[in-house]
Amino acid sequence: MEALMFWILALVAVAMAVMMIFHKNPISSALSLIVVLFCTAGLYVILDATFLAVIQVMVYAGAIMVLFVFVIMLLNLRREELGLRRHKAVKVIGVLFCIALLAQLVAIVSTALPAVAEISADFGTIEHIAWLLFTKYMLAFQAAAILLLAAVVGAVVIAKRRI
Amino acid sequence: MSWLTQITTNHYLVLAAVLFMLGTVGVLLRKNGLIVFMCIELMLNAANLTFIAFARQLGQESAHVVVFFVMAVAAAEAAVGLAIFVAMFRQKKTVYVDEATTLKH
Repeated sequence: MEALMFWILALVAVAMAVMMIFHKNPISSALSLIVVLFCTAGLYVILDATFLAVIQVMVYAGAIMVLFVFVIMLLNLRREELGLRRHKAVKVIGVLFCIALLAQLVAIVSTALPAVAEISADFGTIEHIAWLLFTKYMLAFQAAAILLLAAVVGAVVIAKRRI
Repeated sequence: MSWLTQITTNHYLVLAAVLFMLGTVGVLLRKNGLIVFMCIELMLNAANLTFIAFARQLGQESAHVVVFFVMAVAAAEAAVGLAIFVAMFRQKKTVYVDEATTLKH
């Protein structure tokens, strides 16, 4: 059952990611990306990260993608031919990344990981994450809050015509 | 065919690598800045998937906190980046990344 779910979610995610890259209409690309994000949320559930799965749907598939769709509609982009870049640098970087991916895959397959750890039933629940966030990672949490505030102010300043 | 029915952490790592590469392909190939931006989100997401796969493998919840922060940074990045594209569209009437050449000439 778990294997079946994994394969369905993984294949849908990869197919939708390919569709996102090669679709002409930006709105279709955005919707494909939303499906990818939902599939990843499903994988998070299989991996016992329930809190992050919820956050993934709410923040990523909800807030960020709504922002994307909103901006695409706001800019009123016309449907155009698939703008693919044909550049020499792209080919060079592409080959380098292919080699990197191959090395990565070989490294993944050849490395023996330690045995899967035994986890408690409440692994990855909101209680555990909150405990870590408000004790060990308190400073980083505050910094993230300031970062989000700065981003909001910056976004308004950049996008607004006149302050 | 045990690799088909027995899902290990390696499966998740390979999937994350494939998703990351697809994101890279999009960043390299597409001209539309908004699509490039979405591909960057996809790459961040692939990195998150590796974190969570290792969190399950090693039984460490700290990785979940890292993913939480990555999501916060992605949200901030999306807000600022989209604002930049709105401003660019207002100035140049395009979001194509290779038409933003004001500093080039």
